[in-house]
Amino acid sequence: MRAFSFARAASPQDAVARYRPGAAYLGGGTNLVDLMRLGVAAPEHVIDVTGAVSAEITATADGGLRIGAAVRNSDLAADRAVCERYPLLARAVLTGASGQIRNAATVGGNLLQRTRCPYFQDVSMRCNKRAPGAGCQATEPGADTEHMAIFGHSPFCVATHPSDMAVALTALGAKVRVTGPDDGEAGRVLEMPGLHRLPDDAPDRDTDLRPGELITAVELPPPPAGRPAYRKVRERASFTFALVSVAAVLDVGADGRASECRVALGGVAHIPWRATAVERLVLGAPPSPEVFAEAADAELRAARPLPGNGYKVTLARNLIVSVLSELLP
Amino acid sequence: MGSTRASQVTVTVNGEPLALEVDNRTSVLDLLRERLALTGTKKGCDHGQCGACTVLINGRRVNSCLALAVAHDGADIRTVEGLAAGDTPDLHPMQRAFLRYDAFQCGYCTPGQLCSAVGMISEPGPSAVTEDLMSDPPLTPGEIRERMSGNLCRCGAYVNIVRAISSEVSPASDAAISGDDSITGDDVAYSWLAARGKSGT
Repeated sequence: MRAFSFARAASPQDAVARYRPGAAYLGGGTNLVDLMRLGVAAPEHVIDVTGAVSAEITATADGGLRIGAAVRNSDLAADRAVCERYPLLARAVLTGASGQIRNAATVGGNLLQRTRCPYFQDVSMRCNKRAPGAGCQATEPGADTEHMAIFGHSPFCVATHPSDMAVALTALGAKVRVTGPDDGEAGRVLEMPGLHRLPDDAPDRDTDLRPGELITAVELPPPPAGRPAYRKVRERASFTFALVSVAAVLDVGADGRASECRVALGGVAHIPWRATAVERLVLGAPPSPEVFAEAADAELRAARPLPGNGYKVTLARNLIVSVLSELLP
Repeated sequence: MGSTRASQVTVTVNGEPLALEVDNRTSVLDLLRERLALTGTKKGCDHGQCGACTVLINGRRVNSCLALAVAHDGADIRTVEGLAAGDTPDLHPMQRAFLRYDAFQCGYCTPGQLCSAVGMISEPGPSAVTEDLMSDPPLTPGEIRERMSGNLCRCGAYVNIVRAISSEVSPASDAAISGDDSITGDDVAYSWLAARGKSGT
């Protein structure tokens, strides 16, 4: 691990003032410390922000919830208001990682965790995300693409975003509040999934955050009407990343038509993937497994599977149909 | 502060306050093992994937391999060596349960299993397998398996690990689960401990 200087920031402003090129903000460290040990990340300066931003969950005036970026994942998932009003979020967080990791990991850090693409995490491999211009070994013949993206990838990067929490936050329309060197007093707000970006020709940038910007909180609007569900398919029963996950909310009006439909997918793209085609086709329709199947097929028509992950197209399609069908009244 | 690559930290380890200068790169795991000679905490993967390094920091179980010592200034750290504090005969009830139910083979993951189990049983709220999110569910074997999934055991002693933890969280289930007493290692374990105690004096 490369040697680094260390500072503890007392406030968001203090953290931003201490930021300089080559610095990294430290939350729970469950991803950053690992990447530093692997040689994937090598900051010269580490700024601990766990005492700089809020670790509280508070009600907002509009009936939503404000989650400080330093709230630990385990505290988020055990929060009574979150469990009662945003069970989708609690479920997603509980399916992520292990008890030990959730105890350390923060909400801000969860959103900014890096991909677990094996070509990114191994410094002996070629990776444009780790070393821009080096090439993407995952796109070369014979590469292991089983866990890679099926939506929105580019010739430069086919990695996926690993967070479960981000998938739920996308379905819930969460807003990410950030502050940075050029953001002024009020900071800036990015609405999920707008925090993250597709790789195009610059996969070294996971998000649209500007240099030195720090996530201070996640704001949830009032929960959408309807029944929510989060389902995660993975290779073992616990403590591993999603092959595909689905966060969904469905509500059916008195007229028998879908009055609310939110669907977001994890494990399929460089960003938490909002399934807008599904939402568009289900909203206003009399919901049924047949309608869901048509909607899922429409979404998956945009998929571009790689040689080793065609199964994700079928899996995502079937998961969407299954989860939405489960939510029928 | 500034550009120095080392920092002063004050931590309490198993009840003992310590002031140390640490290289900023030092994990809590390496601090315990290399600086403080507390080698009970084990280094398995050093990547947060196996749980062998689990310790309690401020009462919460965490992977000490992923915790930078410099980021834990002021922390109260408890390791397997300190679990028993105040208990007799020098074992935490969870340690006694692991002995009683023969909840290990090689023992390498055991310190992490123990610290994780002790932390886990006081953690509030639901898990990924809890039906009703608003409940604080009883720690059934299914709940224990999910909540302990961050601790791998390459010997595959999971069946008895779950039995041991079950016996600690609900004595009623103890009787049901331990119907077959022949699998417990009580006598062997305690005679071994007694022999060890004697040879040490």
